[in-house]
Amino acid sequence: MSSSPSADEIVADKFLEVRAKLLEIAAVLDRVDRTAGENGLDDAARQKRAALQAGIDIVASEGSDRAARLQMLYSREYQADWRETFGMTSS
Amino acid sequence: MDYIDPHIHMVSRTTDDYATLARMGCVAMSEPAFWAGYDRGSVDGFRDYFRQLTETEPARAAQYGIQHFTWLCINAKEAENVSLSRDVIAMIPEFLDCPNVLGIGEIGLNKNTKNEATVFVEHVDLAVKYDQSILIHTPHLEDKYQGTRMILDMLCDDSRVDPDRVLVDHVEEHTIKEVLDRGFWAGMTLYPVTKCTPQRAVDMIEMTGGERLLANSAGDWGPSKPTAVPDLIFEMRQRGLSESLIKKVVYDNPLEFFAKSKRFEFSPRQ
Ligand SMILES: [Zn+2]
Repeated sequence: MSSSPSADEIVADKFLEVRAKLLEIAAVLDRVDRTAGENGLDDAARQKRAALQAGIDIVASEGSDRAARLQMLYSREYQADWRETFGMTSS
Repeated sequence: MDYIDPHIHMVSRTTDDYATLARMGCVAMSEPAFWAGYDRGSVDGFRDYFRQLTETEPARAAQYGIQHFTWLCINAKEAENVSLSRDVIAMIPEFLDCPNVLGIGEIGLNKNTKNEATVFVEHVDLAVKYDQSILIHTPHLEDKYQGTRMILDMLCDDSRVDPDRVLVDHVEEHTIKEVLDRGFWAGMTLYPVTKCTPQRAVDMIEMTGGERLLANSAGDWGPSKPTAVPDLIFEMRQRGLSESLIKKVVYDNPLEFFAKSKRFEFSPRQ
């Protein structure tokens, strides 16, 4: 049986794969800038662009839960009062 | 390695897929009732579908030495039609004694609407009344977190529900912990493009330890890969995880969960 890869090995193994993903992101953002007219983005696109930036900030941050934080960034907030909104009572 | 795919939609796969899965080590599968890609017009449309799930698919699977189990319900998308849903729920008991039926599923939420929630609660009531296990679909993308929390709220509201007989599927990094912490089983769905990759699924196995955790391909008529569970097995081996942990996630856990269904009978390969 092979042993668990070390952190050093994970970095070495994944380097090209992650590098390619980063390049993809950089190229998309360049394409957006290049294509945006003088007025820039409309409101909906600006919001989405900001959400991407916020995601990039999470990826660049420290901590062991980046994936979970990214998921929460792209989730609607939990409405604890959903039962009242729907007129449903908890049994 | 022998494995079980606990969530795969074989009605939309070819016989070649059965052959491939058998060659890859699949010995059993469970197929929850789901959306056909169009809204069915009548309760008889569902009756025919349930016959396909309880008669046709087990026979197709058996030709390749695979045991086929199933779960019955009206899915969350079609649950927007509450009156049709009630007719389907009233008809389901006709099939609950079929030998391959494990319970009610995949019930859940899609867009987190009031009608979906209403029909979800009525399905849970059916499951409790007939002593059935439950398999749950959680919404995708930005609706997953709210939908999963709503589903857990509804299940925990009903004191008759035993969390140990409920599998909450399509968990991801932000929902897995709460599902497991509240005593439910959790299923990770492996998709080739848009959702959870085998790599991320193995990260979740490493972080939670694999207790009460299952992995499935959800292979259906959309972009999906029916052989995703063998991909997960391969990734776990690459990470140097033990054969016993791999077997636990892809074989022992599904068997342990299925065994809570009263009709479940399984003959392991000799
Ligand atoms: Zn499904």
